[in-house]
Amino acid sequence: MRSDPDADPRGEPSHVIRESWRNELRILFPSGALAVRDALASTMDGLRHLRLDPEDRSTIELVLAEVLNNIVEHGYPDNAPGMIELYITHDPGGLSCVALDSGRAMPGKRLPIPHPPDPDQPPPSLSEGGFGWFLIRELSSDLSYQRVGNRNRLSFRLDLTHRIQSC
Amino acid sequence: MQIETTRTGSALIIRILSARVDAAEAVRFKDVIRDAALDGPDRVILDMGAVTFLDSSGLGAVIGTMKQLMPDQQLELANLTPAVSKVFRLTRMDSVMPIHDALPPCDAARNGAVGQAHAV
Repeated sequence: MRSDPDADPRGEPSHVIRESWRNELRILFPSGALAVRDALASTMDGLRHLRLDPEDRSTIELVLAEVLNNIVEHGYPDNAPGMIELYITHDPGGLSCVALDSGRAMPGKRLPIPHPPDPDQPPPSLSEGGFGWFLIRELSSDLSYQRVGNRNRLSFRLDLTHRIQSC
Repeated sequence: MQIETTRTGSALIIRILSARVDAAEAVRFKDVIRDAALDGPDRVILDMGAVTFLDSSGLGAVIGTMKQLMPDQQLELANLTPAVSKVFRLTRMDSVMPIHDALPPCDAARNGAVGQAHAV
């Protein structure tokens, strides 16, 4: 694996700011595919104390990856610079998440309707994209998008199959 | 992106050593597998046992790899971890290529098979 020159000795990448208050985890980082990877690692580390079920952990990491990578690819296309903020609060039944960025608005200022590739199509015509929003919609609830001024605000909830024991 | 290849009689087994096949890795993934499978046998089996995270970009890279090996070579997957298996199941992409619970016994590394490690 690649070593991150920006990582500090504790292993936390220095360009990811993580703050935790009682029930809220906040992550702030610059747009980029590798920065998303670091932010996900930092987020999952910040949620460790909740002792989430492995199945729930993998669902959370997947949905957050799709949301954040979508901002990198479409909000700040062609490696345009910009910041991404992620807020996560928790209750015994799940996580409430808000992702904010100052990138391009969603087309039509509304959530895209996913058209995932159809597995019954002959493989040569199978698309390699279109899975991201499908997975977000499939695995989250209360999905909502707003364009507020020059910012995008995406909120969603991740329900847990195993409730958090101690909050 | 690190892989390790083993050539058996009927198949090329490519073990993915990287834990994440994600948006940061997707393009490299396709290139590395294509190069490793070049002039290889008809069956190319990806041993995914070490991959603990795969997102939609990683899934797209696996589909793209399958397409670029066609029509001469068939891509197959083995040893999916639960998190990776879930992505294939939800998107129903588990039906577009053979997926094995474990490496088929006759294709598992055996005496005389040549192992080769790559770091790309």
